[in-house]
Amino acid sequence: MTLFKIFRRGGSAPIARERLQILLAHERGTRNQPDLLGILREEILAVISRHVPFEPDKVQIKLDRGKSVSTLEVDIEIPNGFGAALAKAS
Amino acid sequence: MAHVVVVTSGKGGVGKTTSTAALGAALAQHGEKVVVIDFDVGLRNLDLVLGAERRVVFDLINVITGVAKLPQALIRDKRLENLHLLPASQTRDKDALTEDGVAKVIDELRTKFDWVICDSPAGIERGATLAMRHADAAIIVTNPEVSSVRDSDRIIGLLDSKTVKAENGERVEKHLLITRYHPSRAARGEMMAIEDVLEILSTPLLGIIPESEEVLRASNIGSPVTLSNALSAPARAYFDAARRLRGEVVPMIVPSENKGIFNKLFGRKAA
Repeated sequence: MTLFKIFRRGGSAPIARERLQILLAHERGTRNQPDLLGILREEILAVISRHVPFEPDKVQIKLDRGKSVSTLEVDIEIPNGFGAALAKAS
Repeated sequence: MAHVVVVTSGKGGVGKTTSTAALGAALAQHGEKVVVIDFDVGLRNLDLVLGAERRVVFDLINVITGVAKLPQALIRDKRLENLHLLPASQTRDKDALTEDGVAKVIDELRTKFDWVICDSPAGIERGATLAMRHADAAIIVTNPEVSSVRDSDRIIGLLDSKTVKAENGERVEKHLLITRYHPSRAARGEMMAIEDVLEILSTPLLGIIPESEEVLRASNIGSPVTLSNALSAPARAYFDAARRLRGEVVPMIVPSENKGIFNKLFGRKAA
């Protein structure tokens, strides 16, 4: 690892270039576009709240942008007792 | 026909004011009639870099609000009679900077000067968008560093959408000025190379200004670097950039300090 680091040292410019290329490709695509993440968040929460009660501040939304694939993670904390309500409904 | 040029960057501290002063002076040294305008309302500094800080009476906002006439607010440089400064206001009242007011001032300056150079504040707020609003051309000052390149990309987007030219379906002519460049660090892969930055921003290159202690020395004494030490590496780079701005074809080289063998062997300052 140390040897590896010694060889790597001084060569950070290519990393900078690659990070910028990925970031700017994304930012240019979303420039002057509506806030996609905001819209998704609102619509997903609207759909879920129609069926399940939850507190809006117990919702976590994470986005991880990769080179070819990005993931959107929506984590909603639902109070206990929801399972029973669901069983009754079905 | 006057050229209105904005010097902009998005990011702060990359060398907009230094470059405005150096390019404005270089053009004036070529015999062109130049005015440099400080758009950084509340945080003016172009007066200081030009060594005119004690001569400021009226400013851009005074002219816009009608407190002063334009000729009263213009400060003529003591060393270069072709170089003039329109300072920014020190008040925090940025709302006084109106679009109509700026348009009137720029139109009047167009009739009196060959070059109207607008020194933009950092950021993408009102001052920055008004500085670029009426530009025919833009100089985007960029350091070969990730945050500066990202912000330059953002500014290029604004130049292509929020300027009068862009709104009329025309294009603002864009030039990239790379400052604080270390050729040796780029050669070792420690700093992005010029080609990397050009490829990412796809904007034609106006010049490459090498990192130099002469730039700090120039601002310390209140003189554009093209005047304080015209033979220094950054001054020669700014002279080349100014000639390109005038449409001349100048080979793109990064000037280096001409150090004698004595200096090379025994340190930087022999004298």
